[in-house]
Amino acid sequence: MAKFWSLVFLLVPILGVAIFAVSPGYKWWLPPDISVHGRTIDHLFYFILYLTGAAFVVTEGALFWFLWRFNSTDNRDPVKFTHGSHALEVVWTILPAATLLFIAIYQMNAWAESKIDKPQMPSTLEVMARQFEWRLRYPYPHPNLSDPQDVEDCKLGGKKNIFLVNDLHIPVNEEIVLDLKSADVLHSFFLPNMRVKQDAVPGMKIPVWFRATTTGTYDLACAELCGWGHYKMKGRLTVESRAQFDEWLVKKYQEQQATQEAPAAAKSEDSP
Amino acid sequence: MTTAAPDSQGHSAGHGHKIGFIGKYIFSRDHKIIGIQFLFSTLLWFLVGGLLALGIRWQVAWPWAEMPVIGKMLFSGQGGQISPEFYTLLFTMHATVMIFFVIIPILAGAFGNFLIPLMIGAEDMAFPTLNMLSYWFMWPAFACIIASFFVAGTSGAAKAGWTSYPPLSLTDNPVTGPKFAEHWHLVVSGQTLWLCGLAFVGVSSMMGSINYMTTIIQMRAPGMTMFRLPMTIWAMFITAILQAFALPVLTAATFMQLLDRTVGTGFFIPPHWSANNSIPTAGGGQPLLWQHLFWFYSHPAVYIMILPAMGMVSDMISCFSRKPLFGYKPMVYSIAGIAGLGFIVWGHHMFVSGMNPFLGMTFMVSTMMIALPSAIKVFNWLGTVWGGNIRFTTAMLFALSFVSMFIIGGLSGIFMAATPVDIYITDTYFIVAHFHYVLFSGTAMGVFGAIYFWYPKMFGRMMNEFWGKIHFLLTFIFLNGTFFTMHILGVAGFPRRYADAYHFDLFRPLQPLNAFMTYCAIGMVATQIIFALNFILSMFFGPRAPRNPWHANGLEWQAPSPPGHGNFDFQPVVYRGPYEYGSPEVDSDFYPQTQPPPESQRSAELDPDPSKAVPVH
Repeated sequence: MAKFWSLVFLLVPILGVAIFAVSPGYKWWLPPDISVHGRTIDHLFYFILYLTGAAFVVTEGALFWFLWRFNSTDNRDPVKFTHGSHALEVVWTILPAATLLFIAIYQMNAWAESKIDKPQMPSTLEVMARQFEWRLRYPYPHPNLSDPQDVEDCKLGGKKNIFLVNDLHIPVNEEIVLDLKSADVLHSFFLPNMRVKQDAVPGMKIPVWFRATTTGTYDLACAELCGWGHYKMKGRLTVESRAQFDEWLVKKYQEQQATQEAPAAAKSEDSP
Repeated sequence: MTTAAPDSQGHSAGHGHKIGFIGKYIFSRDHKIIGIQFLFSTLLWFLVGGLLALGIRWQVAWPWAEMPVIGKMLFSGQGGQISPEFYTLLFTMHATVMIFFVIIPILAGAFGNFLIPLMIGAEDMAFPTLNMLSYWFMWPAFACIIASFFVAGTSGAAKAGWTSYPPLSLTDNPVTGPKFAEHWHLVVSGQTLWLCGLAFVGVSSMMGSINYMTTIIQMRAPGMTMFRLPMTIWAMFITAILQAFALPVLTAATFMQLLDRTVGTGFFIPPHWSANNSIPTAGGGQPLLWQHLFWFYSHPAVYIMILPAMGMVSDMISCFSRKPLFGYKPMVYSIAGIAGLGFIVWGHHMFVSGMNPFLGMTFMVSTMMIALPSAIKVFNWLGTVWGGNIRFTTAMLFALSFVSMFIIGGLSGIFMAATPVDIYITDTYFIVAHFHYVLFSGTAMGVFGAIYFWYPKMFGRMMNEFWGKIHFLLTFIFLNGTFFTMHILGVAGFPRRYADAYHFDLFRPLQPLNAFMTYCAIGMVATQIIFALNFILSMFFGPRAPRNPWHANGLEWQAPSPPGHGNFDFQPVVYRGPYEYGSPEVDSDFYPQTQPPPESQRSAELDPDPSKAVPVH
């Protein structure tokens, strides 16, 4: 039975590695990366995965081997009467300490790129999270440059802005900075394909920046519990060319202008 | 020293003055009875928490599907479905119950109480009445949490997650009832009850920790120096210190949130804030403040939830390897290191919370460093097993699985400590996998081992080893089936706390994996029936246990099984540390701490400090 129990513990590293090895084949893995930061983060993820994977196999393997070799049914050697080894303690303190310190320093730039070194540019849009939707506000893309008032109105926060819900569009290959706000409780702006996540906190305006490299449609999810409807706080991210993006904004602005008159008419019908 | 507890001390077994049934078994001041009371209560709550977990797993695997049998009973109004409100309640309560009613009290309350006086050679705790109160203060907490389930309507039970982040925890669903209920619902709502429950748990823990510290410092048997203490006691001691220093912060935060909810203070409410179209509040506070205060307690609490298990596992591994613990002092120092660093890593729960990103960097470095003492402990356990004479008892299997599983839980922590990777995997199932590996596969497995190990001492009878091993094997397989695959979900970005994630294109392919995990989870809970039967039946039908069934060295094994009132029927005197297995000084492969050394060495070694003695009456 002793050998059997040792083998049970051997299954841990074998199946552990196997599960990680086959999962990408079933698409149970990192979603395709479409951003610049994402590449750095994925690189770090794989670096840590291989490092911890090696530590996992070595320690679990050692555990298995000691159980197999020193079980009381087969082992006839006398017990090694030792209280420890100063040299070994020093080795297995310094080695992991150095490795951990290396990881800590190695990743600092990636963190700074994602969260500290904000690009010096005006914000592309504002995202207001609320139970349970994403409210977006874009500046109008084509201000009349000869009219200073119009230039002012077209800026983010001005009168000539476009308001949308859950339909996030961004131009490809451009740095995007968005102002993340919350209208009620905590939310978290999560773009899995971009490896972007940032909590939205009521009372705070938090900048989030990223740069997409591939066009297409992707998911936007909420990653911080925000109430019963947390799971359905879903948005759609569309990455498209600059020209398509501008065209889409203008179209949305015209739709908005058209419906702004419609509600007024509808209101008079509704009231008894 | 004995004046602290005049009544319960100084009586050897069977000669205590008459105590009625209630005094002996219900409002008992005997540490062993209190420990067993904690054990029974926490095991019952373990069952509740496990069933809540099955509800969560059902919903995650098959959202909105009708639950067999239970669905009809509980949710007949909703076609047998779990509603999203009920789902948030499920995961909130699962975590609350498991953390505050199971893991913390089973380690400190049950094993801490039972083992500390026995392992240090004392007759009882320093403050027996305080000890009794620490158990009975759990009951208002139980009552609050149970009541919280039954608060009427969907604005009922707490459902802001076990972390209760404001402002969500300060809002309730729009009230549809009469006007007067608008404020009343804040007072009696589940969240308020939840906060009260937490405050009571805190009071209980604080009473316990003061008692443990005092007892360990003051009441050790003659010759029991600090560096002759078993690792279990070291772990309990440092855990008690952690509790005593971290808990006041949680208690303060709990009361601040209570005031926010009931009398309209604005500690955690930003200025001019409103939700659900309510009238804006004055506010003036900051939601992030709660996160800082909460994690300032709850991160050390993570170590409160693992260190005692580490201590108990060290004792079991050394005993069943028939070999001294490898690196006793490094083990002690690394526990102390974990505890010290544990106070300066709380910010790693808040990397993407909106906290200053520069602060994130410092927390990242301290978090990386806290992996170090954990690694040292793992290496020393491996060193203990190496060259031993390993006996695969049930307790040993659980202890070994603690080591094996803790390696996974420790290594997956490094992903989260790496801030850029954490941006992606935080609040996904990766973190769920991580803490279940530490808390279930680690602590709970360690606790199972400890139950099999100390059961003979608690109840005077042996548990069934055959069924114990079946219980181990099935639990081990099912827990890995349930929790290991969570890493994969997390890598795929699957968010936690989602009632239904499959309407996202990205997460739809993950459904079969979730279904598999749910089958494993059902198997895991079902396996515990074997344990429950073994636990209960052995109490009546198990073979009588001798004093020292495992041939262990600790002081508790020199007392009768079960020990009577006052624990020892002789005055224990300690001559050495608890891990002298296979010592060349004696013929047997164990060398109890109380066994006097051979004549030749006696004059050189024996130097018990009489001032540490507990006088024998």
